[in-house]
Amino acid sequence: MSLQNEIGTFVSAVLNYFDTAVQQAAVVGTPYLALGKPPEIFDYTGMIRISGKKKGVVYFTAPKGMLSVMLMRMQETDMSDTNLRDLVGEVANTLSGNARKDFGRNFIISTPSVVAGSSSTIGYSPDTRPIVVPIDWRTYHANLVVCLN
Amino acid sequence: MNAARAHRLMIVDDSNIMRRKIERSQEIPNVEIVGTAGNGHEALVLHASSHPTLVTMDLTMPEMDGIECVEQLVGRDPDIRILVISALADKATAIEALEKGASGFLCKPFTERQLNDALAKLIET
Repeated sequence: MSLQNEIGTFVSAVLNYFDTAVQQAAVVGTPYLALGKPPEIFDYTGMIRISGKKKGVVYFTAPKGMLSVMLMRMQETDMSDTNLRDLVGEVANTLSGNARKDFGRNFIISTPSVVAGSSSTIGYSPDTRPIVVPIDWRTYHANLVVCLN
Repeated sequence: MNAARAHRLMIVDDSNIMRRKIERSQEIPNVEIVGTAGNGHEALVLHASSHPTLVTMDLTMPEMDGIECVEQLVGRDPDIRILVISALADKATAIEALEKGASGFLCKPFTERQLNDALAKLIET
């Protein structure tokens, strides 16, 4: 599978989440390579780790304000830390689901995990180059980061 | 049994927002939500006390995952109807859940209508 198709799998998962769960489409910006410095991390990050034929990490990172409005769109009134974590965890869950469906047994995919805090660091191999896919929704900006070798 | 409360629904998911979404979205008449659980162990305890007839079951959960919980619930009550709701949308996962005794499979993310259609279908079967 080409890199473009691999990234497409993850982009589709995120867009489908906005379309179906949030009921309002998000827009994908122009992907770019994060060279020189790690990709920006926002308040909440949901991630999966991949091993097997390819190794690395894929994550969706978003600011608290964006996630809060997403929850409101989903009729959720409780904007607690627990629910904000749950939300990025659910997005990561869909990344995992799409990857299992499209990549099959060539990839071993971890259970999704969540980190909170914009000063968090996401570990990845120094010989990989993270590809950042901007995700724009309403006035908010999040990132999908695909970092596979 | 009261005809207006013919079906007893237990919601099993480790995500609070998913449990609440299913609670809010469920619009099938004659379905009473009897409780929610955050993992397979909690679901087994709740099953013993509330005797649900319908279950929505997440797969990826801590402590006891959904596949094992499906197997145990069906072992206790072969007539229980379980709708697996998971982001793991590959065929192998769906087949494994059905082989363990689940009655239906709904992919996350889902709309309210998709949930209600899936629950209605589960009740009809």
